[in-house]
Amino acid sequence: MFTNYIFYFLSALALYSGVMVLLSKKPIHSVLYLTLTFFAIGGHYILLNAQFLAIVHIIVYAGAIMVLFLFTVMLLNLNKEERSPKPIWVKALAITAGAMLGLVLIGVFRGYDLHLVQHPMETQIGLVKELGKILYRDYMLPFEVSSILFLTAMVGAVLLGKKEQI
Amino acid sequence: MNALNSIPISYYLMFCSMLFCIGVIGVLIKRNALMILMSIELMINSINLLLAAFSAYSNDPAGQIFVFFIMVVAAAEVAIGLAIIVLIYKTTHSIDIDILNKLKW
Repeated sequence: MFTNYIFYFLSALALYSGVMVLLSKKPIHSVLYLTLTFFAIGGHYILLNAQFLAIVHIIVYAGAIMVLFLFTVMLLNLNKEERSPKPIWVKALAITAGAMLGLVLIGVFRGYDLHLVQHPMETQIGLVKELGKILYRDYMLPFEVSSILFLTAMVGAVLLGKKEQI
Repeated sequence: MNALNSIPISYYLMFCSMLFCIGVIGVLIKRNALMILMSIELMINSINLLLAAFSAYSNDPAGQIFVFFIMVVAAAEVAIGLAIIVLIYKTTHSIDIDILNKLKW
């Protein structure tokens, strides 16, 4: 029962800060609300006993990606309100479209229930030890390829950020 | 503690659908390229959480490995995306996506 309350609290926090990301006038407030959303989702991972993912999520998203966003906002001095926001009818149409997508998704998923194999709080698959074994045994090649992807992304980012013309 | 009094998987489905829709609305209503990138992050996160939830409920670690790889790709994507935004700002002194219509027609 206690976990249910934590679930409700984390979900409400994530949804509230997700909405506030869109409603905030200044980009820096949006970034901070997005960080709050990421921490709420990290709490969800802990609730699912996915400890490895929780740690990686906090390090990568709340640590690395948020710092990148904050640096971009501050270095480029972008912390101004949008000069020409979209007209109101475009916003109304967009919100209608998003709400209808949500309606369709919820309508599809309503009443769906997975046949539970394992109680999520008692499963052991999310621990670092178990996931590490599987990652280095069965998914060795994708892991190495993803490191090459990282290297490529780093080279690309440095190349794009260089002063002189490419 | 048996499987019956845990949180139903449909709660996760509802929550992640709502978060995904918030991201979709953000992409549609914002003109700032930075805000669009943030909305995309929101969508990626909702999908990640859903994958992890299904993985935990069906006791299959492949889903969580997949989430790990999605995080890797998302981090690379954000690094490149922000570099491109900086480049756009250097050339046009704005990150409004509506002025980037040279390739449109």
